[in-house]
Amino acid sequence: MKRLLVILEKEFRQVFRNPAILRMVLVMPVVQLLVFPFAANYEVKNVLLSVVDHDHSSYSQKFISKITGSGYFKLTDFSPSYNKAMEAVESDKADLIIEIPAGFEKDLVKENKGAMLIAVNAVNGTKANLGGAYAANIIRDFNSEIQMQWIRFPKFNAQPTIEVTSSNWYNPTMNYKFFMVPGILVTLLTMIGSFMAALNIVHEKEVGTIEQINVSPITKVQFILGKLIPFWIMGLVTLTLGLLVSWLFYNIIPVGSIALIYVFGMVFLFTLLGVGLLVSTYAETQTQATFVSFFVMMLFMLLGGLYTPIESMPEWAKWITKINPVAYFIEVMRMVVLKGSGFADVKVQFFSVLGLGIFFNTWAVINYRKRS
Amino acid sequence: MNAVAVNNIVKTYGSKKETVKALSDISFTVNKGELFGIIGPDGAGKTSLFRILTTLLLADSGTASVDEFDVLKEYKQIRNRVGYMPGKFSLYQDMTVEENLEFFASIFNTSIEANYDLVKDIYVQIEPFKNRRAGKLSGGMKQKLALCCALIHKPSVLFLDEPTTGVDAVSRKEFWEMLKELKKQGITILVSTPYMDEAAMCDRVALMQAGKIMSIDTPGNIISKFNKHLWAVRSEEMYRLLKDLKNYSNTESCNSFGEYHHLVLKNDDRDKEAVLKYLQVQKHMNIEMKPEQPNIEDCFMQLMNNNYDRS
Repeated sequence: MKRLLVILEKEFRQVFRNPAILRMVLVMPVVQLLVFPFAANYEVKNVLLSVVDHDHSSYSQKFISKITGSGYFKLTDFSPSYNKAMEAVESDKADLIIEIPAGFEKDLVKENKGAMLIAVNAVNGTKANLGGAYAANIIRDFNSEIQMQWIRFPKFNAQPTIEVTSSNWYNPTMNYKFFMVPGILVTLLTMIGSFMAALNIVHEKEVGTIEQINVSPITKVQFILGKLIPFWIMGLVTLTLGLLVSWLFYNIIPVGSIALIYVFGMVFLFTLLGVGLLVSTYAETQTQATFVSFFVMMLFMLLGGLYTPIESMPEWAKWITKINPVAYFIEVMRMVVLKGSGFADVKVQFFSVLGLGIFFNTWAVINYRKRS
Repeated sequence: MNAVAVNNIVKTYGSKKETVKALSDISFTVNKGELFGIIGPDGAGKTSLFRILTTLLLADSGTASVDEFDVLKEYKQIRNRVGYMPGKFSLYQDMTVEENLEFFASIFNTSIEANYDLVKDIYVQIEPFKNRRAGKLSGGMKQKLALCCALIHKPSVLFLDEPTTGVDAVSRKEFWEMLKELKKQGITILVSTPYMDEAAMCDRVALMQAGKIMSIDTPGNIISKFNKHLWAVRSEEMYRLLKDLKNYSNTESCNSFGEYHHLVLKNDDRDKEAVLKYLQVQKHMNIEMKPEQPNIEDCFMQLMNNNYDRS
């Protein structure tokens, strides 16, 4: 025990002397949390719009001003024909074409129906999807407005209509950041967990200091704990900083218990440090360790449900997410922060991550050799 | 009682296709309190041997013991009682001199104060820099600190792997003086070096070459085994002289050695005049030729040539 304290004292001393580590733990998370949520944003704004108006009527004018007034679209192109508008799409001047046929107003007034064409550039899938949906929504809105005008004094309900309204639970204003910030916080913890301890151990191998440690009574468990505990604590510091930033800058206050987030964070860091440790027992140089850690981290992140919902992944990918601690923690973070879930709700995730942690750490300890 | 005993140790590196034999059937013993030198060029297998004895490397076959403890089964006891100074400086460069020493004392459950008398003579030389980070020390200082750290837990056997490589001549001499002082304290010291001239400082030396030990004896005995007459030759054109001497029909061996070439003639021939005549024919100027006392390097060269002849 006394020996472990000696090792810890030495590790902390080295950490505080290494400005790079401190910067990584303190500055990087704050900067990332401040920059990233604004950039990684699903709300599509500034969809470039090209309008082909064959009608030139008051209704078509009204419609165009409605769609440009919505804030989602930017009218960049006014083409005389569909083909001309396509050229604008090809040169990336427009993402979405709305074609209003000749006689639009006439049909609308006389025959009570009108046709319209929406064509979307689907190279950027998200933008196309959402842009198309927004445009369709606006058209529907426009439609009901006209109906309201015409049936000003309804004597009876000519056509029964069902109006669907939805309410967004747990995130009523559909604030995208409420959803992203907790997830990004998890990726930051992932980086600290899987990289830093691994690189630190491999560094000792590279410089040769591990030789001197190996010819000493220090046991491998003492050595490994000496490496894990400092980075475990630093991970918790990062978590604290992250929660502070999301409170101060995004006004995100976890609905659920903060203690639960910390308990889960502690187990999660234990698991990720185990992954890093495992990498370090196999790698001989920091370059090797970096590449392997990076590969594992990318896998964890892309299959972690930060950007794409796990439910929409193919079956085999869903199985991978079952052994992905990052996926569990992102899910739990969102559940606790947005929904206020308690321990009973995240029990499965908790024990899965704990189990993975025990698995990776045991493997790493067994594989760590004091002699070759 | 032997401080170190090595029996038939074999170590090979590499996969099945390309194997390098680092140690082939090595056996020797080191007595308690001895200053034992392992001398050989780079790649002779010195570091492999040290790593096996300090329980860092597993031998393919053979047994070895340090302080009567088996390197395989009782490695924990060995790690408690040996000091090891690797060839590469391997202390924490971002910690100060004092912190390094304190750390290595603490992990052996001791303190600087408890064993201060052992390291005092060396430590006083680096004490003025005790608050300087180890990475910022000069080469000689680093090496003194490394020796202190290897000594601070009062080891019974000290392994020094090429401690003088890359160190200036004055520091080298100082270092050997320090080792002699340590020997007086009863510590067994194994030291490896590629410098033949350092052999004379040891009680006994093992001459190593290509994974084999060619000879083990006191430096004096090794030199006395050199049974041929040795000549030192020089002229104005040393490089051409070496080539010509090697081509001379009666030459057994000729090696460059500082400002002279050391020459041994076949069948222990002492015919100086014949050599001089040959060199004059080759148009060498200012030829000087005199009898020379052999040193360890000459012995090493002779042993090496004999080995080649046999194999």
